Amino acid sequence: MEILAAILTQALHLALVLAAAPLVVGGTRWLKARMMGRTGAPPLQPLWDLLKLLRKRPVLAENASWISRAAPYAGATAALAALALVPSFSRGMAFAPLADLVLIAGLLAAGRVALALAGMDVGTAFGGLGAAREMSFAALAEPALLLVALVLAMLAGSTGLEAIGTLFQDGSLGLRVSLGLALVALLAVALAENGRIPVDNPATHLELTMVHEAMVLEASGRHLALWEAAAALRLTLWLALLAAIFFPFGTAPVGFAPLGWLVGLLAWGAKMAVLCLALAGLESAIAKMRVFRVPEFLGTALLLGLLAALLLFLSTRLA
Amino acid sequence: MAQPPAAPFCRPARASILGGSDPLRSPAVLTALILTLAGLGLLALLAVPMARAPRVWIGDSAGPWAGLVVHGGCLLAAAVMAGCGLAVLGGAAVAPQPLPIGVTALVAVDALSAWFLVLLGLAAACSALFGLAHARDAAPRLLVAYPLFLAGMLLALIAADGFVLVLGFEAMSIASWVLVAADHQSPEARHAARRYLAFAVFSGICLVPAIGLLAASSGDLSFAAIRTAPPQGFVAAAVLALVVAGAGAKAGLVPLHGWLPLAHPAAPSHVSALMSGAMTKVAIYVLARLLLDLSGPAQPLWWGVPLLVLGAASAVLGALRANLETDTKTLLACSTIENVGLICIGLGLAACFRAADLGVLAGLAAGAALLHALNHALFKSLLFLGLGEVARGAASRQLDRLGGLIHAMPWTAGAVLVGAAAAASLPPLSGFASEWLLIQAMLAAWRVGDLAFQVLGVAVVAAAALAAALAAAAMVRLFGLVFLGRPRTPRAAGAVEGRGAARLALLLPAGLTLLFGLLPGPLLALAEGAVQLLVPHGMVERGSLAMIRVGDGGARIMPLAIALLLAVAGALVWWLVRRRAPAGVARAAAWDCGFMAPPQHLPFGDPVTQPSAAGFGQPLRRMLGGSLLAAHESVTMPAPGDPGPARVESGFADPSERWLLAPLARLRDALAARAEALRDLPLTATLMLPFGTLVALLALAAWLEAG
Repeated sequence: MEILAAILTQALHLALVLAAAPLVVGGTRWLKARMMGRTGAPPLQPLWDLLKLLRKRPVLAENASWISRAAPYAGATAALAALALVPSFSRGMAFAPLADLVLIAGLLAAGRVALALAGMDVGTAFGGLGAAREMSFAALAEPALLLVALVLAMLAGSTGLEAIGTLFQDGSLGLRVSLGLALVALLAVALAENGRIPVDNPATHLELTMVHEAMVLEASGRHLALWEAAAALRLTLWLALLAAIFFPFGTAPVGFAPLGWLVGLLAWGAKMAVLCLALAGLESAIAKMRVFRVPEFLGTALLLGLLAALLLFLSTRLA
Repeated sequence: MAQPPAAPFCRPARASILGGSDPLRSPAVLTALILTLAGLGLLALLAVPMARAPRVWIGDSAGPWAGLVVHGGCLLAAAVMAGCGLAVLGGAAVAPQPLPIGVTALVAVDALSAWFLVLLGLAAACSALFGLAHARDAAPRLLVAYPLFLAGMLLALIAADGFVLVLGFEAMSIASWVLVAADHQSPEARHAARRYLAFAVFSGICLVPAIGLLAASSGDLSFAAIRTAPPQGFVAAAVLALVVAGAGAKAGLVPLHGWLPLAHPAAPSHVSALMSGAMTKVAIYVLARLLLDLSGPAQPLWWGVPLLVLGAASAVLGALRANLETDTKTLLACSTIENVGLICIGLGLAACFRAADLGVLAGLAAGAALLHALNHALFKSLLFLGLGEVARGAASRQLDRLGGLIHAMPWTAGAVLVGAAAAASLPPLSGFASEWLLIQAMLAAWRVGDLAFQVLGVAVVAAAALAAALAAAAMVRLFGLVFLGRPRTPRAAGAVEGRGAARLALLLPAGLTLLFGLLPGPLLALAEGAVQLLVPHGMVERGSLAMIRVGDGGARIMPLAIALLLAVAGALVWWLVRRRAPAGVARAAAWDCGFMAPPQHLPFGDPVTQPSAAGFGQPLRRMLGGSLLAAHESVTMPAPGDPGPARVESGFADPSERWLLAPLARLRDALAARAEALRDLPLTATLMLPFGTLVALLALAAWLEAG
């Protein structure tokens, strides 16, 4: 029975995140447009774009290899697999025992490598430029992420998301300075990993400043749809991860509990909406920074993670 | 060979998973290994006559014939080593036996030796297969040194006393020096070989006194005797310093890594694969054997700290340098420095956890280090062989002269992609499984109560994560510039790849890399005996086919389930796309933001319009290179109106060159100048010198006797 409940939750979760991903991207865009005083495209526009792209036959460069054809699937698979691990409305999903911050970091890295290789496949200048930048930014984002994982592992005794979420949900932990620092560090990493302002502008097509878009310039048709879907899934993943770690309230417990699931669903929707609003507000309020200032931004995140860990050592020592 | 009633060599290995412990098997394993040693020696002796003499009888096919025999023999030897290692890991350890060479010398195979024997066997098998495929162009001197190199490594691994250990280690060093000097016509190779020899001599200078100090308290060189009287106090500190310097120099630990980026590219590809995959692991074995096993469990917390600090420094420096190098094999050598650093972090953590009585975590760290050593041996052999195939097929090792090889060399590209993904530690490949375990061990470093150590632990976590991400960037750069994009030279456009054995030499390690990524649990169970030799607790009760648990209720990894998850997600993505998308693709010229089509005389477009090796490394050079590698970049613009080109100059310098090797070279020159002055001494003064030395030595001996 429990196994069936676990598989059912997992299937519902997958369906939910697949439906939510375009809405998260579109909703953020719509909110941003409203904040800037524009009407904005409807929040479901990314979904219509995806369906339109899927119907088109991709055009590949003459010298494109199988990497260009396989990498979109690999990228979307890695993003979906990572997202399948992050709890949304309920705990106890079938793949929950796998849910581990280090594995999620690994899956994100796999998606990133697939994207960078696809960018280099045809041998265009912009693809290589974007790939070099993407991999370099990740070099600083990944240590920051692991330091946050260290802080969480010290509190929860494990890097597993179930253990961390359960601990935060009881509320026995209280407010801690280290957690605040870890949250800020994780936010900075999330902005960098998703190519949002101030690291990259998701709306730009100005070649010299773009990172993510530069790698998918040669993609079209279903390949472009897959890359767009992977980006949407990644954004959903990061928002869901922030919600699952720092705001796990209302998440339904393990087992078959339709009413709890409904509550969890509503809570998750509310949390994601708030996070989208915060993202849109942040993107409206600040400007994109120069590419070579990004290391400073991510270095700050790294130092905040370091500080969070050190404060935690000191506080456990004093207590 | 008589079996002496020797003292138990080690704690008995755990119950067999390959069948019960067979009393007949132990002598059989040792006999097989000694026969292998003798066979390798015989191959080396016969190599030159075989390569030279039959030219009279069979004409031009003589060269390949000798190469085939030598590399075939080495392949057989590798299979024996791996088989013996597996037999010992699954059965009982082999007690020490005297080596039939006239002097007192002991050999034995315990679980730790056996683990590294398996590693050596697998790496050597891939290397020998590649050598077999390209036997035609093996010079006779290589055919002599190659079996001796293998024999040296084998002897170092099966040593059961200090004498045999040093003998094997030095044989390995000298034979590999001959291999590095293979291309002795080129000044770069001569330079590389000279530096390699200097480092090899340095290793010997450190290891011999280290073993002397270890054996001093018991007065016996055999490992069993050393174990009964572990070093203490200042002697222990001296042993630690000497072993870290001696074996660390061979493994490529910062700051003694200066030879790796020079020597690896100078040697032939299958030798580089063996040096990088196996030889550095033999040095790791010596580190583990001398520091964790022979020095006893009663060492203080700081015992592991040098390994931890140097390991973290190596990991970051190696990975960053791999992003800046422009020669494929130099790049891989730098990646080896990184991985050796990660393995040393694991060993250092194991020592620290053991001292802090955290046995379970010590087992995790040691197991992770051993597993990463095995995984690295395979994927790095694969990468070196793959890029060796590229260097043959496309006649270049420079990233800026390759490109687009995925079309001309599809098999090589596929195999190298597997190796590069494992080196970038992507799930579900072998590199991810072992780095996951290493990271979990590092994340637990705070459980050691000491605040200074906790801070160090946080720094090590950050360094290891940085190294892993940098390694991923380096591997994307390597694969992207070599195999993707457009050919940068006509030669790269006309590349061809090897068949038969050459292809098998790539597919074998690629398959094992995939397999080991899925099965870290059974591998750790196999390594249980080796882990228990290093630390009190193994991993066996926490690992199984499907899952490895870190601690009680802690994180866990389930590689098979990860593969299942990826399969489910992949199938879902495929199904969703297939439901709506039309099949097939259209082909057209690259869009490239509307860049114009290439002119007629450049069929693949202008090579400079795609990313170059220096260009791809630019963001990292600017972000991290300035502070860590003294990277510099200067732009020279022509004066307004001057039609001359603008120039960008960039470069970097390894800090070890400037702060360690250059002062040492100056010291050497100064000493040499002083020594030169001795030439002009008159005869009486020349005679006084040995006399004075003799008197000084006698005085020292008399003082020591009295003391």
